Amino acid sequence: MRIARKRRIADRGFTIALACCGLLALIPLISVVWTTASRGLRRLDWDFFTQSMRGITGAGGGALHAITGTLLITFAATLIAVPIAIGTALWLVEYAAGSTSPVIRALARTVRAVIDVMAGIPSIVAGLFMYAVIAVTVGPGYRSGLAGAMALVIIMVPVVERSGEEVLARVPSELHEAALALGVPKWRMILKVVLPTALPGLVSTLLLGVSRIIGETAPLLLVAGFTDSMNYDLTDGRMVSLPVYVYSQWQNKGVDAAAYDDRAWTAALVLLAGVVLLHGLARLVVRRRNQTR
Amino acid sequence: MSDVLPPSEAGQVGARRLDALHLLTLSAALATLLLLGGVVVFLGIEGAPALSGTSENLPAGASSIWALAWPLLYGSVWASFLAILLAVPVGVGVAVFAVFMARGALGRWLGTAIDVLAAVPSVVYGLWGLAVIAPRAVPVYEWLSTRLGWIPFFAGTPSTTGRTILTAALVLAVMILPIVSSVSREAIRLVPSSSTEGAQALGATRWEMIRTVVLPEARSGIVAGVMLALGRALGETMAVAMVLSPKPFLVSLRLLTSENPGTVAAYIAQNYPEAHGLEVNALIWLGLLLFAVTFAVSFLARAIVRRSGGGSR
Repeated sequence: MRIARKRRIADRGFTIALACCGLLALIPLISVVWTTASRGLRRLDWDFFTQSMRGITGAGGGALHAITGTLLITFAATLIAVPIAIGTALWLVEYAAGSTSPVIRALARTVRAVIDVMAGIPSIVAGLFMYAVIAVTVGPGYRSGLAGAMALVIIMVPVVERSGEEVLARVPSELHEAALALGVPKWRMILKVVLPTALPGLVSTLLLGVSRIIGETAPLLLVAGFTDSMNYDLTDGRMVSLPVYVYSQWQNKGVDAAAYDDRAWTAALVLLAGVVLLHGLARLVVRRRNQTR
Repeated sequence: MSDVLPPSEAGQVGARRLDALHLLTLSAALATLLLLGGVVVFLGIEGAPALSGTSENLPAGASSIWALAWPLLYGSVWASFLAILLAVPVGVGVAVFAVFMARGALGRWLGTAIDVLAAVPSVVYGLWGLAVIAPRAVPVYEWLSTRLGWIPFFAGTPSTTGRTILTAALVLAVMILPIVSSVSREAIRLVPSSSTEGAQALGATRWEMIRTVVLPEARSGIVAGVMLALGRALGETMAVAMVLSPKPFLVSLRLLTSENPGTVAAYIAQNYPEAHGLEVNALIWLGLLLFAVTFAVSFLARAIVRRSGGGSR
């Protein structure tokens, strides 16, 4: 009887310990969201979304230039990364997987390994890489939004490729076979059957990829630089993004330190809201597809 | 139904010839290879000059690039190790909790919460670590230092700002917790129900079942998740750069003092703005070293998964 009781107590203690783990994981989340929201609301006003920091040294000003920069850089990075990532995923799933040629199989293995390695590249290394490319090609002083976007491509490609591959692999093989049995050429089968079927999953993949890069700071700090002014030109001149704006407001505080802190927290809040929104959208897209089946 | 195929194409069913789409997707795959090749080549070209650097032109007056690199690599590994130590028990606990106890709505909520935790940008973690963790850590560090100061880790005068390597490791632990818990959750889910039911049929309590059956069977998956998290922690830049103000060339086991070793990634971000000439090359060489370390970690992770025959691929 005493052994049974010991075992029951151990089991009870274990259950409690696990529940504590669950709670312990929630504490930082609640704390992060609460701190960001409560401090960020102080400057969440009209000016924040309509003004840049040009000529501003104390209170006031906004992050319009940083929001514009984030949108432009993220858009450019997505435009470059998604075709490469989805193209690679399509090749792996649709062409390489069924192939019997040893060359293609070896190539597919190499591509998968490379994607794995890329997924592990620290983001600051991606930034250093772009810096090195710039230093070799156009000279070390060049900064632009496009260079930042190219650094983000390195980070985005493996994320989108991996989940894109999973989405494409889940397209039922009956659909492939039915289309091929009708005599449809493979390229048309892929364009008209595989891609439309996988579309919701691919859209969700894309949104998750965007949410992964939208908060990146380090690479943009290195190659896109920082500025107080608006810049709509991706190819020329420094372009600031929201995360870099947060960092620089915190790092280079002026006389009225509180004003800089407030702006940093508000930008952090906008960023956090954007990332959570993207995650929510991604989930919604997938759920809608599941319901329509 | 709009594209009934023309008879001329009907003969190509199952044809293996290269069509335009095949070429297009193949070139995308080759572009990925090129991208990684480019990273290694360009980092090598721009980093290599640092190898001939001397105390005249290297950052912080380092006598050679290695004299600069070793203490920073130590700092990266030490901070990441501490973060793993803090995050793994909680992360695996959350995973077990989510699979065996929090079924239904509670489990879904926990999953969503962990997802959000993974999505928070690292600058936000940096701000949060400074505003929330560091000030609250100061009294704890003072207590640890007075009561447990005889342990080498807690020796020395505790920091009055709370910006120590332990604080950085705490923030890192929060950042890698989602990776540990989501990978472990998948590994635990893959444990066949025949094993768990068998244990229960033999009269094991839930704790005994998890300890004797679930954790051993999921071990390789959990280890892979830990390695993944380790790679992430090693490469984390902004949060550490904001929380920690490092002392150059320091190698120390002390967790609570205001003199802390730096990490490679944070050092690059902190010193890049003022770097010029060969100092920039030195930072790029450090980046290449960091890449090599994270590559080794991920390689090890895959080897572990492969050896135990598990894994998703």
